Amino acid sequence: MTHQTAAAPAARERLAESGFGLKFSRFVHRNARYIFPAPAFIVVGVIVVYPVFYTGWMSLQEWYASSLTLPQFIGTANYQKIIAGDPRFREAFFRTLYFTLIAVSVETVLGVSMAILFNREFWGKGLVRTLSILPMMATPTAISLIFVMMYHPTLGVMNYLLTVVGLPAWTWTYSSKTALYAIALVDVWEWTPLIMLIAMAGLAALPKEPYESAKIDGASAFQCFYLITLPLLRPTLVVAILFRAIDALKTFDIIFVMTQGGPSNASETINILLFNQAFSYFNMGYASSMAVALFSIILGVCLVLMKVRRVGW
Amino acid sequence: MVGTTKYRKLAKTVGFYALVILVMLPTAFVFYWMITLSLKPQVEAAGFPPSFFRFSVTFKGYLYVFAKHPFLLYTWNSLVVATGTTLLGLIVGLPAAYGIAKWRQHKFALAILVARIIPGISYLIPWYILFRNLKMVDTYSALILTHLVVGLPITIWVMVGFFEDIPPDLREAALIDGCTDYGAFWRVALPLVKPGIVATAILAFIFSWNNFLFSVILAGRNTRTLPIAVFNMIGYEEINWAPLAAAATLITLPVILLTLVIQRHIVTGLTFGAVKG
Repeated sequence: MTHQTAAAPAARERLAESGFGLKFSRFVHRNARYIFPAPAFIVVGVIVVYPVFYTGWMSLQEWYASSLTLPQFIGTANYQKIIAGDPRFREAFFRTLYFTLIAVSVETVLGVSMAILFNREFWGKGLVRTLSILPMMATPTAISLIFVMMYHPTLGVMNYLLTVVGLPAWTWTYSSKTALYAIALVDVWEWTPLIMLIAMAGLAALPKEPYESAKIDGASAFQCFYLITLPLLRPTLVVAILFRAIDALKTFDIIFVMTQGGPSNASETINILLFNQAFSYFNMGYASSMAVALFSIILGVCLVLMKVRRVGW
Repeated sequence: MVGTTKYRKLAKTVGFYALVILVMLPTAFVFYWMITLSLKPQVEAAGFPPSFFRFSVTFKGYLYVFAKHPFLLYTWNSLVVATGTTLLGLIVGLPAAYGIAKWRQHKFALAILVARIIPGISYLIPWYILFRNLKMVDTYSALILTHLVVGLPITIWVMVGFFEDIPPDLREAALIDGCTDYGAFWRVALPLVKPGIVATAILAFIFSWNNFLFSVILAGRNTRTLPIAVFNMIGYEEINWAPLAAAATLITLPVILLTLVIQRHIVTGLTFGAVKG
């Protein structure tokens, strides 16, 4: 008797427990599709979403992180300053677009030309592909450092090579007239292979028939390229350009390591200006509004390019 | 007649290879220059005219880097941060990638694209303020958390592709045999994508290893990573080129070796966020 009464509540308890456990495990199994991505969702929320909203909010304040005063709400004053009252930002804005335009167009022309050159079976194709990947993955800081040494106006190997082929020496990153181009050249060196590899994959997937019928119709190689290859390659190419444009607009490492925006602001893009505002002057509010502006610019360029993808040339 | 076509063919091949070499020369030259510069004695490294092939080989540049700067500490810091980022990225990213692949939650891909468009600096300002208030500047945790912003999207992006390649029949068979979704993930899917996990881990590792922007602000005296150390050396060493090149080689060499292992997956990794189709 006593044995039975003692056991009953324990059993009931166990039953209740398993009831809850059952409910819980049922919940876990029914909602697996939400539970699998949940940790990533939380992490992204903490490290991405929260800072983004914080930056948006901070862009409406005036605050120097170096001082002891608290942030002060100033509405859209920072944005008004960006648009109307800061020539340095305006210069940086056009410089950023110009840098991106130069770097990405050179990369596209070179990359597509190289892809067409390599679009055949030949001994050493694997080696070419392997070698092309290395500039994209090598540490940008280290690469910039090597270019700093190669660009040296008197001791550098670049000017030596120029004089060997009979050209006048150049000033590279050491003059405000040439610095931006010299940096764009580093970007071209790093990223032309990406466009090339994407274009090579695109070329390999093209159908053969249009070329055969064009050959029968007597089309020249140039006509084949311009009227068949380029239009067919366009969707792939626009995606490649889109990716390059996003990253070129955000270029930071190579500029910061090589010139830090100089000489005399000649290579100061929005990203560099913004970095200095935030971490040299600790002008957090104004820097945040520039960050929002840079994001809008990148988004704008993306939307334009995505439209180009759908509409004709 | 037969002879001339043969010669023409030969000339064409030679011309083609000459062009290939010409096109690939700049890429190869920068790496060649980095490595040879690091092996030259100082007199020859900054000598003019520069020597291309004939120079005396010495390891003094490397010895100098380790003797004059705490390079072992920097290397250790880089290793800890990159490994931590990679592991955390895998732990959080693998289930997410599995979920996205299995239940076709493609809106996540769009979210990843948006995360890619947002400039890194707009994260950096809030983090800096937050970590400063928490006294977490110059800690591994701060660096690892921030490096995840690049590492996690890459991990998810590349792994979704690998999970999608698993034939659905296998998963269904596992479910019929009494596996839960979690069992199917752990016992069936994960073992099948092992090569993918290796490739993804290496990619995430390299991106963290290369990171400059986040580390330059959030790393301090104790946690300084290699890219920041090299950046600081530029001002300090001026034209002491052999050690500078040695430092650059030391950072780049592991990346090159790892890249060679996973070269097939690099382009996928670099275009993460591209919506398929």
